[in-house]
Amino acid sequence: MTSRLARHAGLLAVLALACMLPFVLSNFRLFQFTQVYIYAIAILGLNMLTGYNGQFSLGHGAFYAVGAYVSAIMMDRWHVPYGWTIPVAGVICLVVGFLFGLPALRLEGLYLALATFSLALAVPQILKYFEHWTGGSQGIVLSKPKAPLGLPLSPDQWLYFLTLAVLVILFWLGANLLRGRVGRAIVAIRDNHISAEAMGINSALYKSLVFGVSAAYTGVAGALSASVIAFVAPDSFNVFLSITLLIGSVIGGLASISGAIFGAFFIQFVPNWAQDISKAAPWAIFGVFLIVFMYVMPFGIAGAVGRIWIRMTRSRVLQAGRDPAPAHHAHTTT
Amino acid sequence: MEIFTQQVVSGLATGGIYASVALALVMIYQATDVVNFAQGEMAMFATYICWSMLNAGLPYWGAFLATLGFAFIGGVVIERVVIRPVENAPILSIVIVTLGLLVICNSVAGWIWTYVQKPFPSPFPSKPFKVSLGAGETIFGAHDIGQIGITLFVLLCIYLFFRFTPLGLAMRAAAQNPVSSRLCGIRVGWMLALGWGLAAVVGAVAGMMVAPSLTLEPNLMGGVQIYAFAAATLGGFTSPGGAVLGGFIVGVVENLVGTYVSFIGTELKFTVALAMIIVVLLVKPSGLFGSTVVKRV
Amino acid sequence: MSALLEVHGLEAFYGRTKALHGVSFSMAAGGITTILGANGAGKTTTLRAISRMVRTAGTISFEGQPLEARVTEDIVQFGIAHAPEGRGTFVHLTVEENLKVGAWGRRERGGLEADFERVFGYFPVLRERRRQMAGTLSGGEQQMLCVARALMLRPRLLLLDEPSLGLAPLVVREIFRILRTVNQAGVTILLVEQNAALALDLADHVFLLETGRVVLEGPSDVLRRDDAIRRAYLGY
Ligand SMILES: Nc1ncnc2c1ncn2[C@@H]1O[C@H](COP(=O)(O)OP(=O)(O)OP(=O)(O)O)[C@@H](O)[C@H]1O
Ligand SMILES: [Mg+2]
Repeated sequence: MTSRLARHAGLLAVLALACMLPFVLSNFRLFQFTQVYIYAIAILGLNMLTGYNGQFSLGHGAFYAVGAYVSAIMMDRWHVPYGWTIPVAGVICLVVGFLFGLPALRLEGLYLALATFSLALAVPQILKYFEHWTGGSQGIVLSKPKAPLGLPLSPDQWLYFLTLAVLVILFWLGANLLRGRVGRAIVAIRDNHISAEAMGINSALYKSLVFGVSAAYTGVAGALSASVIAFVAPDSFNVFLSITLLIGSVIGGLASISGAIFGAFFIQFVPNWAQDISKAAPWAIFGVFLIVFMYVMPFGIAGAVGRIWIRMTRSRVLQAGRDPAPAHHAHTTT
Repeated sequence: MEIFTQQVVSGLATGGIYASVALALVMIYQATDVVNFAQGEMAMFATYICWSMLNAGLPYWGAFLATLGFAFIGGVVIERVVIRPVENAPILSIVIVTLGLLVICNSVAGWIWTYVQKPFPSPFPSKPFKVSLGAGETIFGAHDIGQIGITLFVLLCIYLFFRFTPLGLAMRAAAQNPVSSRLCGIRVGWMLALGWGLAAVVGAVAGMMVAPSLTLEPNLMGGVQIYAFAAATLGGFTSPGGAVLGGFIVGVVENLVGTYVSFIGTELKFTVALAMIIVVLLVKPSGLFGSTVVKRV
Repeated sequence: MSALLEVHGLEAFYGRTKALHGVSFSMAAGGITTILGANGAGKTTTLRAISRMVRTAGTISFEGQPLEARVTEDIVQFGIAHAPEGRGTFVHLTVEENLKVGAWGRRERGGLEADFERVFGYFPVLRERRRQMAGTLSGGEQQMLCVARALMLRPRLLLLDEPSLGLAPLVVREIFRILRTVNQAGVTILLVEQNAALALDLADHVFLLETGRVVLEGPSDVLRRDDAIRRAYLGY
């Protein structure tokens, strides 16, 4: 009970802090934070699929690209207001993801990894190929949206708040989904699909749906990024984007909600300071982190934080002495 | 007809590359049930080592053999040091570790050798072959022919090694049934490491053979690897022979499709491979020659 | 006479669960010893402990040399061959290759052909199947292959885990006959069996395991003649 209250208070404090940032940070820093939120949304989508449901995706950058291009093309071609393009991108990615998820049902883990990895490799080529729509390698240049209703905010500030709002809504929805009955079914399928089926869970339907929802999250993130960066081009959606998202997911904690945010901070800021060492350094560091995390912190930052949190709150309530967090409890962390 | 024959031969040449990398993937898959996503990048790295030695003035074949030695040691060390700790972890963890390797190889290569494309020499004469076939004369690139020869030779060596030597037998046994192998006194851990070493050697040959036509850069093997995936999927991840055959088929198909299907050209290269992979996985997930994949639905 | 194999206070663990609770026994060279017991008594675990396939406490020594610090791969170097439960066939290797793998751990490299002849003498059906994939053999043939593979080591001590499992009675009798021949050629045998009657006929010494403890031991003819024991423990 106390721990729950403490958590809510903590969340509110963090949110309040986040709302203050636009008024103290430079435009560039603010842009970076906006980018963190976008990544966090995309990573949460990936976590649902890979972490909670156990379906590998090494190609989530593809859905990010679809979201970004849907949004960009709608704005560029038909002058649809950006606000509308975001849910549309989400819905289209939901459908695309669901359709991709259908054949994926038949693929065993490793083969799904192969197929999605190949998808990630192919995306930039496909984007370049449909030049008429996508503007080819040149991409599409967009303009940054202004704040509505005469709000006294710069475009960067406005986009920051917009992204933050979308993030809060999607995380709230995601948390409710994953912590409820549906979430338990999703995890049950990951852990043992046969007994899940025996419990009356339609695992095929669930798996495709999770694929769809996961793609929708990532697509919304892509759509937001189109407006925030005001530019889309095929080469920003190469296989390394997919790997970046996976890194964020692994570092944050695969089967976790808050992990998506930790992971997003990691993939946004670590390359920044690593860049000072060498152009290649960020990736070398990413690679080392990926491997080291698999050895020492397979449940990511969220897993470690969760364990410390439990240890702290429990030891206040109970008397310390027993191990409060056996490893399997950390398998899904909040 | 002339163009067709030429395209088939150059398809076989690239097919040999795909076949080699596919074989490397399958060797590791059979031993450890894991696809090494870094296979292509390890080959690329070995190719850079060869380039450095050539740059330092070593003769081609000397550098070639030395590179194979480095690749072998590199493969063994990577298995012992990087893969070993996650040996019994869930598949996802191992896949992630090989992705980490991919990223490290790629970026360290860029760090050391920069991202500037480098010409890479071919050991074969630049004068093309002229062959009279019936009516006309057909011209084949000498590098293509040499490349086919070298890859076939390497594949043959690997086959003979696994088929006829006691060590090859022990490696096969270790891959199939580790528990039983241990009871027979086979050091399974080392067999897996040797497998990684050999796979790295086969990959390195592919890298050095493909580099002259693609020019050397850190992303040298990206395209090769996706085609090798397609080849291994087509032939079956559980069948080394199938994967090799798959490599040649994929190489030829890629070349013919690129030549004759105008809307594809070379721009959709990866997409063709992706389509092949997905179609094979949906139609016959075990591949043409593989045994049935145990599927968890 | 010093014992060939001596086990003292042996405990074995699967994760946190303990499967053996202080098993002690010793075997003289040249004999046939059998371990009997109900399902889950810990028979397989005892053999696995000797082959270092489970975590253990206690001591195991072979000809006075401790085995505890060894790994499974080293055990063959002592001349101990283990025909495991479930047969451990290499299904994608031919029968001949399976046998070659069995010979991998022995010191002398040569004389493979002679050993093939010897095991084919015991199991003629394997000769006919020599080039066939082992996975295509019948269950009984695979069981023979399993014993044959163990013999290829030219072992001093042969650990056999339920060689009669799933075999027709006639075949079982045949295998047991062969085991006696093998034993007469100087191989000490430690046999785990469910088929108490047959095992008692073959063995000279018996240990009875119950939930990870030795509850009874003695020469087999003594046990066989004791009706009370037979009914209480051996179930026939
Ligand atoms: N891999 C394992 N993991 C966990 N527990 C195990 C494992 N193998 C065996 N056990 C447990 O150890 C105990 C002894 O098992 P063991 O296999 O030695 O029995 P057994 O006497 O060979 O039985 P059976 O005649 O059925 O083969 C049993 O309670 C069993 O459940
Ligand atoms: Mg048993």
